[in-house]
Amino acid sequence: MQATLEQALKLGLREEEFEQIKLILGRTPNFTEVAMYSVMWSEHCSYKNSITWLKTLPRDGDKLLVKAGEENAGLVDIGDGWACVFKIESHNHPSAIEPFQGAATGVGGIHRDIFTMGARPVAALNSLRFGSLDNDKTKWLVKGVVKGIGHYGNCFGVPTVAGEVYFEDCYQTNPLVNAMSVGVVRIGATVSATSHTEGSPVFIVGAATGKDGIGGASFASADISGSSAEQLPAVQVGDPFEEKKLLEACLELIPTGALIGMQDMGAAGITCSTSEMSAKGEHGMIIHLDKVPVRQLNIKPWEMLLSESQERMLIVIKQGTEAVVKKIFDKWDIHCVQIGEVTKDKNLKYYMNGELVADIPAESLVLGGGAPIYKRDFKEPSYFSEINKFDIDSVIEPALLKETASNLIKLPNIASKKWIYEQYDSMVMTGNTQTNSPSDASVVRIHGTKKALAVTTDCNSRYVFADPYKGAMIAVCEAARNIICSGGMPVAITNCLNFGNPYNPEVYYQFVNAIKGMGEACRKLDTPVTGGNVSFYNQSEDGPVYPTPTIGMVGVLDSLDDKMTLGFKHSGDLIYLIGEQKNDINCSEYLHHLCGVKYSPAPYFNLEQEYLVQQTVSRLIDERLIKSAHDISEGGLFTCLLESAMVNNLGFHIYTLPTLRKDAQLFGEAQSRIVVTVKPEIHTFFEAELKSVPFLKLGHVRANDEITIDHENWGLVNDWKMVYDTALESLING
Amino acid sequence: MKFGVIVFPGSNCDRDMVNALSDDLKQEVVMLWHKDNDLSMFTTDDCIVLPGGFSYGDYLRCGALARFSPMMEQVINFAGKGGKVLGVCNGFQILCESGLLPGVLLQNDHQRFICKNVFIKSNSKENIISNHIGNKVLKIPVAHNEGRFYANTETIKELTENNQIIFNYCDESGEVHLDSNPNGALNNIAGICNATRNVFGMMPHPERACSNDLHNIDGRGILMALTHRN
Repeated sequence: MQATLEQALKLGLREEEFEQIKLILGRTPNFTEVAMYSVMWSEHCSYKNSITWLKTLPRDGDKLLVKAGEENAGLVDIGDGWACVFKIESHNHPSAIEPFQGAATGVGGIHRDIFTMGARPVAALNSLRFGSLDNDKTKWLVKGVVKGIGHYGNCFGVPTVAGEVYFEDCYQTNPLVNAMSVGVVRIGATVSATSHTEGSPVFIVGAATGKDGIGGASFASADISGSSAEQLPAVQVGDPFEEKKLLEACLELIPTGALIGMQDMGAAGITCSTSEMSAKGEHGMIIHLDKVPVRQLNIKPWEMLLSESQERMLIVIKQGTEAVVKKIFDKWDIHCVQIGEVTKDKNLKYYMNGELVADIPAESLVLGGGAPIYKRDFKEPSYFSEINKFDIDSVIEPALLKETASNLIKLPNIASKKWIYEQYDSMVMTGNTQTNSPSDASVVRIHGTKKALAVTTDCNSRYVFADPYKGAMIAVCEAARNIICSGGMPVAITNCLNFGNPYNPEVYYQFVNAIKGMGEACRKLDTPVTGGNVSFYNQSEDGPVYPTPTIGMVGVLDSLDDKMTLGFKHSGDLIYLIGEQKNDINCSEYLHHLCGVKYSPAPYFNLEQEYLVQQTVSRLIDERLIKSAHDISEGGLFTCLLESAMVNNLGFHIYTLPTLRKDAQLFGEAQSRIVVTVKPEIHTFFEAELKSVPFLKLGHVRANDEITIDHENWGLVNDWKMVYDTALESLING
Repeated sequence: MKFGVIVFPGSNCDRDMVNALSDDLKQEVVMLWHKDNDLSMFTTDDCIVLPGGFSYGDYLRCGALARFSPMMEQVINFAGKGGKVLGVCNGFQILCESGLLPGVLLQNDHQRFICKNVFIKSNSKENIISNHIGNKVLKIPVAHNEGRFYANTETIKELTENNQIIFNYCDESGEVHLDSNPNGALNNIAGICNATRNVFGMMPHPERACSNDLHNIDGRGILMALTHRN
């Protein structure tokens, strides 16, 4: 039965896309075929509105073992015959509707992207955005998302080692849930998502297929609206136990040499995996849908093809290895069924009980093949005029700085995220070294080597909103700064680009400029982009979310002995600020949430100076000249010092400069600043080593737990800690 | 003397346990698959470890299915002959479900998964673990959703009188009180042993506190204690 234009439009395709499909096939497609195109050509799978700009990002580097987009995740050489596989992905739309399952399957999906390449995941990270915590729905979302992430990750047995959480009104209807996974693999032991050699058997392994998640990719490519809850079947249900078994079975299968290719089934399920593998290997497939193990009766062919049931893989194996493969999956009690074979003909032919239900050239479905590519219009957002109006002199300096500081550290964006991260197993696999010696990025040792990975997710979307170009540069640089402060060398990034509707020219302006800024920073720091995910349509009736290009960065420590930590170590150590104090409160938590100024420019940032500061601190760590390093980010210098003080319950004394506003010095978020501590006996040598980099001696670490600023008593570290540790929990349960 | 670590399909602390025992403590370790049913290579000097994780997904009740695995039948026999058995976290839950240890582990009182360092202290003396670590306060991580030890009054009385409570949650200075209890366990119970003192169960993870790289080696004493004869 031929499909109609009306059906195509209903599935999210555009009229010209429907015409294009007719042209490709040389006939009018049937409904099943249109449904397949609709998911494969959705933004989620095709990147049709973003790929032009994504291609401007640096995607090459001597450490990159595969190019961006070539495989399911980035693959980076970390030395000694080891490689790191990592990727970040969004699960925003499902989490907005069903926070527990939405977040859980986000975690499951990203881990599958890693082990489908043959790597064992060793660390999970996330980046979350919610609306205001005084809203009951936000509390429900936070609790559900956190429980979902914990449920999946804890059972799957990979530690959640780092993350970030922000609360802003713009995320009220449309929260963001970005999940990242990092794995390690021996170079040469990876698996490609390809398919070739006529007659090779095609197997589906893992969970049975149901109707869950049908059209999830299309769902992710539309605005959230009042009727979104009706799309519940578009939300998938996760089973971490099944995935744990699948992981072990897949990793056991690889050394047997039976595999030709493997790809997980995420968005667009069987359609996506069969078409992407076939297109890559320049072959086709015959697939018998009636052979697919199902968990319910009467699943129609198009439902089977679009189902996003979790914990499934498509594997293509060498002829004659069937018994080897079956034995492994039997051991783990996992479905393993041959559903088809590879053909020389490059079409994908899907049969149901002998009847041909779809016949499509594989190439025509995929990105880089037949999927459309659009250039969207963009124009400077009108709110920029509001931002440019900001004048620091309109903000009166608070008379009671200590009270201001106390209110600042209670803000949910600043306060400890303990209530959240203690619900995640952060220690399983005994690789995460953060528990007893925290540093800015999480440092995860690689068993069997001296090496460790430093990993982090970062994005201050308020900065990106104020200045997409500069804000995206800051996101990249902050990630790198965190890795540098942990003793690592930044290697590469993955990005999760969360934006509003790309058909809105102002949103598209944010996107284009964020990509430009990200590209420039990545080129400067030599951290190419290995891949990632684009999530448009993060908007509701209230408008788009802040542009949120989350950066997931991986760095390497050649030896765990190189690790630097953020806590103050000894009384008497001198506290230095590397970088410059500025008369700048732009976009700070202080200005935004305590002074109530919603529009201000992005904070001070200079890419050259940032680079110099990072290189300097990296050298100081190499030369073993500093005892701690912690970068200044949200909440400014005071928050930074307090965080260093709380680790070992050591107070500090500092002086401020008389020439600059005190609120700017203590709470401002000017970039490119790192606080380090130094043994007093080497301070002359240390200062000489700083060469041309601006620095400032702030004060010293105290022998007790008192905090004093300009000789004024600011109380005890433990009292501050009590407030800092419990503020978020009170807001969530309040 | 050697250790055997059982791998259930949802075990996820099995490798951690093997790494701690072999890399950090230089002990001989054998991994055992749950579908196998041969423990003939083990003598009562040896120790079988049930590691943490989610054994069979734990969708029914933690450890409820694992007790029916072929290997568990062998473990029950092995324990009956006096062999040493240690269950950590999910392993502890399995030991309770299989009747090798009394009591049950219920959902945490705050109804959330909790992963953090806690402090525990041994108050008894009459078992190999307590004998070897004394009453030193140990910092050991917990990571569980169902760790609230519960038993009826009679059982608690028996455990107490018979010195079968091997660990209580305490604070850094060793004080046992409500604030140092991470899950609402009765009497702050973190670990127990059976009446014959050869089967041990504890919620905290000693294998996560055995490496200098992790800046915490408080767990070493607990595992090393098991290398000694009962």
